[in-house]
Parts: sequence; structure tokens; C-alpha cells
Amino acid sequence: MDKHKMVYREEAFELLVDLETALLELEESPEDEELIGRVFRSLHTIKGSGAMFGYDDVAAFAHEIEAVFERVRDGKLPVTKELVNLSLSACDLTRKMVAEEKLDTTHAAEMMGRFREMLPDRPAGDKPEAAAALRAFQLATYRIRFHPHAELFATGANPALIVSEVRAMGDCEVVAHIADVPPLDRLDPEACYLRWDLVLRTDRGENAIEDAFIFVADSCDLDIQAMDAGAGPEGEPADFRRIGDILLERGDITPDALDEALSAQARERFQDRGAEKRISDIGAAASIRVPADKLDTLVNLVGELVTVQANLTRKGRMSDDPELLAISEEVERLITSLRENTMSLRMLPIGSTFQKFRRLVRDLGEELGKEAVMTTAGADTELDKTVIDQLNDPLVHIIRNEIDHGIEAPHVREALGKPRQGTIHMSAEHSGAKVLIRISGDGAGLDTDAIRAKAVERNLIPADMELDEDELHQLIFSAGFSTAARVTDVSGRGVGMDVVNRRIEALHGNVEIASRRGAGTTITLSLPLTLAIIDGLLVRIGATHFVIPLSAVEECLEMTREEADRCRDRGMMRYRERMVIYQSLRTFFNIDGDPPAIERVVVSDIGGEKIGFGLDQVIGHHQTVIKPLGRIYRDIEGVSGATILGDGSVSLIMDVHRIFQAMEGNSQ
Amino acid sequence: MPLKETALADTGQYLTFKIGDEVFALEVSQVREVLDMSRITRVPRAPDFMRGVINVRGSVVPVVDLRLKFGLTQTENTVDTRIVVMEISLDGESAVLGALADSVDEVIELAPAHIENPPRIGMRWRTEFIKGIGKRDDKFIIILDIDRVFSTDELALVADAEATGAEIDLDAPIESPPLHETAETAEMAGG
Repeated sequence: MDKHKMVYREEAFELLVDLETALLELEESPEDEELIGRVFRSLHTIKGSGAMFGYDDVAAFAHEIEAVFERVRDGKLPVTKELVNLSLSACDLTRKMVAEEKLDTTHAAEMMGRFREMLPDRPAGDKPEAAAALRAFQLATYRIRFHPHAELFATGANPALIVSEVRAMGDCEVVAHIADVPPLDRLDPEACYLRWDLVLRTDRGENAIEDAFIFVADSCDLDIQAMDAGAGPEGEPADFRRIGDILLERGDITPDALDEALSAQARERFQDRGAEKRISDIGAAASIRVPADKLDTLVNLVGELVTVQANLTRKGRMSDDPELLAISEEVERLITSLRENTMSLRMLPIGSTFQKFRRLVRDLGEELGKEAVMTTAGADTELDKTVIDQLNDPLVHIIRNEIDHGIEAPHVREALGKPRQGTIHMSAEHSGAKVLIRISGDGAGLDTDAIRAKAVERNLIPADMELDEDELHQLIFSAGFSTAARVTDVSGRGVGMDVVNRRIEALHGNVEIASRRGAGTTITLSLPLTLAIIDGLLVRIGATHFVIPLSAVEECLEMTREEADRCRDRGMMRYRERMVIYQSLRTFFNIDGDPPAIERVVVSDIGGEKIGFGLDQVIGHHQTVIKPLGRIYRDIEGVSGATILGDGSVSLIMDVHRIFQAMEGNSQ
Repeated sequence: MPLKETALADTGQYLTFKIGDEVFALEVSQVREVLDMSRITRVPRAPDFMRGVINVRGSVVPVVDLRLKFGLTQTENTVDTRIVVMEISLDGESAVLGALADSVDEVIELAPAHIENPPRIGMRWRTEFIKGIGKRDDKFIIILDIDRVFSTDELALVADAEATGAEIDLDAPIESPPLHETAETAEMAGG
């Protein structure tokens, strides 16, 4: 496949995800004009670039849907469940068409028919085939006056791109008017002072030209006039005055300026050809595939570099040489951005994965006659792409299980005093060197009696074995365990949660389950964020240095020793007029020595709970390359990894979540 | 019979080191490098014999105190103290680990003929940690089955024993005993 098509495909898949999201949101708030606009724009881009890269079928198909949403946008059609359903299936079909590069004709025709039926004022058959419609216009010349409003840039639009898009449609002359640009001292850099006149000769038709301006339609004055409509494709423009003449006539420019502009334009056009070619090559390389191990090596090297740089910075600060200090600061700045860029190569927000599951929850709910919605939190939590990819199957399985076995039928839920609609909540958050992904459903929870019975039946445990609730819950991860009374299409094929468990373990993560009968189940996947570099706060307790992930730090305070002693006795401290939990880390980590006269407190937010951690000294910000502590320290509470400080010594990374859990465990 | 799996077939190279007066040996294939003592960062809430972690050229490597592991007193920091960085296999996964030794001596060659099975009884050291007893210049060298020493179960066992104050499976007193005692028992059992 040629590289342009590859780029289009990737783009199209992204757009389809976006489209799907917008459609799902639209279903919830059908009146939202912004969402309708988003759907429309996504469709439009799929259509436009589809046609450009030779995916005419996709373009034609998208055109059909777009036509319907045009009505929706204009308020002539309401957003109905059928429309969303149909559009979602259309998304699937489009994805298939793009992936397989061929049209499932019967399917597509049927679906196009159904879309057309939605257009009351345009009966089926009235319109020629869409693909043909796209190309049916004859060669014509248009004069386009594009006068953006001053606040155009505020919308994020780039008029140069729009002008280029128009130029790409055919033979085009562009004149930019710079008369409105004020002198420098009065120039507002955020305002647009330019306007353009374009003369375009194209066979795309007026709509296509209008479409180019679709994103800025509200923030510009646009005037498109056909100058020689009706002239044959080969015919000379009938009444086509050159733009320069028009401008002269209108007094926009002087004859001298015109000559100069024309010759400059000729030169530019010559240069532009080369530039355009280069740009298009770069455009094609906008995304490239790189083997993961190359990225690993790069990330490792950057990790080493960060450590070396920390050392350099330290030396620079210690020396009196301002030049050395300047260089080390420059290196630090460069490495910081190098680090951020490198890490971002591998890291993706988990949000797009969450989006996929919204669709799954919706579809499964309908299929099983249950009502379920999905809510998410922490969609911008980033983790390694390979981890995200491999999370898909386990997550599908967990969600299917929850909807199939967990969420009760609507009438049952009502009888139980729960809302009709079940909620599945997915959240992601960083916890030290780990990412925690939680999937919780407010369904029936695990039936421990059924689990026990099944486990005994399957010879997983002896009949008289004593197990507490947690241990019974763990049994569902055993191979070949499935409590579904009947095998459904959705779950219960006997390849149950043990597959989930194995997959997550293969990612060096682990699965935990917590369930309360009648109230719901929460499954927590804890995944390592290997090779990651985080921002941390370097602190000291006694002679030991620790790094607290900056994301866990809310505020640093200080208190006198007497105050600290009182807090330690009570286990509480005052923070912003509230009493919050206090934990001396010196006590927690069993570190010898006397606390200082002034104790520092780092306040953390752990799942909404504020906790003050008492320590000796806050040293400062530290770019932390997370290193694993090794297997033998796997079970140590409160420490999630290590990092190397500038002087070469090792410092431990605190896991405030685990500390909190350990504290909870102790107090119970 | 754990020894069957790890039979010593060909002449092998061994790194010898001392813990107390006892000479121990490790197959060189398991040894990565020998480092001078460096600053060890203690990991809180870990058993005492897990002394902490060190920085080995950018990697964080755990360090264990073999003396504590074997029930002796903590390793003193002397000019001879070394960290033997080795690659071991923990539950089928390879891991890098540093072990403190009172001194590191040399690399020697031992033919299988000079290696005997450890005696089943009467040993100060737990026989399952020992691959064999090497004999060289009338000295006895204890060849460690280091994977077994650090298998996760064993770590847990030692930690438990410490927590409850129970004595580790050692027959001899803690204070460094004379080497010949072990040698004699080995000889007696071997003969």
C-alpha cells in the first residue's frame, strides 16, 4: 500500500473514533449544536481526504451520511436513536471499507438507502450516485473573496492552510491584501489583518469551495462568485478578467504595485513548486512506524542522560564558574524537553481505549436487555502504547462479565432500590511507578456461595476448605472457572477471569478484586509504568532520601516539633480548617534518629482523602528516572521503585498509595 | 535429592570469597563483577539481611548480607569488603543481586573429581544451599547453590524466622567457628 494511503487510513481510523465518541455524546444531549458540528466535520474530513486518496467509495458513503447531518445541523432533522444507531453502524462499515479497501456493496447500498429515507424532502432515487455527484461539476472559474474577521486566530484556524486547500483544488491565483496591517506599535499579534482574493479554476463545484471554509464560516466574510459558469470544460473562460485588473479598477492597488506583484508572484510560484513538493513529502512522513525496541533503547539512553545531567547541574551549582552554570542550565533545559518528547513517543492517553468501551457498554446493554452507562475518569492518564494495546482484551472481558453477570435487569434494579440504569465506571490513575485501572460496576457483586459451590464442583477446592470472602473472590481467577448458569453469547465461555489474570501478569501487573454482595464489584488492574520518568519531590528523613511523585503532592507545610508530636499521638493534623490524617514517615519507615525542631509536612491527596506525611526536609524538585527495585523488594510496603540521584547514590520512590493502604491495614 | 539436577560435570571456574573464616565459591558464569564497597541505600521495612540497594552504572541493584543470611553478625565495612554482583535465577526469572563478602580471593579451577557432595548431616550450613564441597590444597571450599540461597521461598523463610526470633536452621553456634570443624565433618561424612 502506498504511504499516502497508509496515512489516510491512520487518520481515518482516528476520525472514526472521534466520530463515534461524538455520536455517543450526541445521543445523550441531542440538542448540542457543537456536537453536531463535530460529527459533521469528522464526516466531512473523512469524505474529503477519502476522495483525495482514491477511496471514492468511502467518500461517497460518507457524503450520504453527511447529507443527513447537514439537515440535522440546519435543524431540519432531529437527532433520534435510530439516527445514532444507523450512524454507528455506518462508522463500523466505513472502518471496514477503509481497512479492506473495498466496498461491501450490498451493505453500503442498503445503508445509504436508509440514510436517504431520513431525508424527507429528498426521496430515494432522486439523486444521482454520490460518487458521481462529487465529480459531476464542470470546469468553472470562481472568484473568492475571503475576508477573515480580526479574531479569526482565536478559533485556532490558519487562513494560510485554507488558502492552500483552495489552491489545491485547481488552477488558482491568490492575492493577499496587506493594506489593513497597522504599524508595528499598534499591531495586535493575535488579530488577523489580512484578506485574500482568489481566482480558482476547478471542476469541484461551489460546494467544495465552501467546504474549504467550513471551519471559519462564522469568523469571516466569504463571497464566492462563479465567473464563467456554463463554459465547457475545454472552453476558454467566457468573462474572466484578471484579478489584477479588477483590483486596479477598484483602486486597491496601483499599476506599479501590480507589475511588481506579478513578477514577484511568478518568482514565488516557481519557488513554491519546490517547497510544495518538500512539504508534501514531509506530510506523508507525518507518522512513521518504529520498532518498539528502538524506542526502548532511546528511552533508556535518555534515562541515563537525565541522571548524568542531574550530576552536571549539581556540579555547576557548586562551582563558582558562571559559564559552567550557564551551560549546565542550558543542557538541563534541552534534556528536559528531550525527555518529555522521548517519553511521549511511547505514551498514549488511555482515553481512546475508554471511548471504545463506551460503545461496548452501550451495545452489550441493548443486546442483553439491560441499561448501562459508562462513566470514566482519568482519561488523560498516559501509559505505554504496548500496554494499552494489550489491555484491550482483558478489559473487554471484565466489562462483558460485569454487564452480563453483574448489572441486574432494569426491573430487578428498581425493585432493589437502585437506579434503573447500571453504571460502569472506568478510571485510571498513576500510583507511584504504577498505573491503576479500576473497573467498577454497581451490579450484584460476586455471589460467594455460588463461587464456592462451583469451585467445589470443579475440584478447585476441597468441599470443607475454609475460605474468607477475599479468598473466595480470588477463585474466579482460577483456570476454567465460570459461574454463569448458562453460556451466553457475551460471557461465560469458560475462559473466564483466569485469562484476564494471565494477560495482566504477562504485563508484570496484577489484578485485584473487591466485591460487596448486592453493591457491586471493583476490579483493579495495577500495571507498571516501566522505564518512565516522573517529576518528583526529593525529601529527606534522617539520612535517607526519598522521592515523592509530584503528582501526589498537594502542599508542603511546616510545623514545630511540639505540634508534630501532638499530631503523631493523635494521628491527625489540622489542614485548611479540617482535621486530616497525619503519618510520620520516620515512624512508618522505622528510621532512627531525632526529628528536627521544625518538621515538614507533605500533604497528599489519595482518592479524595488528604493525608499529611511528616518528614525532616524538603530538598526540591527532582526529575526521577524510575528504576525497578528488583524482585526481592517486591513486597516492601510504601516503596515502589528507586532512582539515582545526581551524586550517584540511590534514593527510593515513595508509594503514597501503598503507605495509605498499609496504614488502613494497621488500623483495622 | 536436589544435587542430581545440578551435577558438576566438567572442570569449572569458581570465584572464591570469604565469609568469616569460611571459603565459599560461586561459578564464575553467575558472577557479573566484583565491586568495592559503596554507599548502600537502606530500604525500610525490609528484613535486616537485605541491606539495601546500590547504583551499578545506572542500574539499581539490591544488596544482601550473606553473613546475616547465614546467621552470622552483620558484615563489617573493612578495606577487604566487596560486593559480588551476580546473576541469579529467581522462580525462573533472572535477577541481578549483590552479595557482601568479607573478602574476595581469586578465581580457581576445580575438576569434578575434587568436588564432593555435601554431607547430609552435621553441617553448619543448610545442605540444600550447597552444590558441593571443593577440595584444594587441603582446604575445603563450599560451592554455593546461589539460586537456591535466594529463592523467594527462602527469603520469606528467613524473614519469618527473624520476625519470630526463631533460630535459622543452623546447628553450630553463631560465632565464627573454626573452618576445620566443618572440614572434618565433611570428610567424615564423605569417607
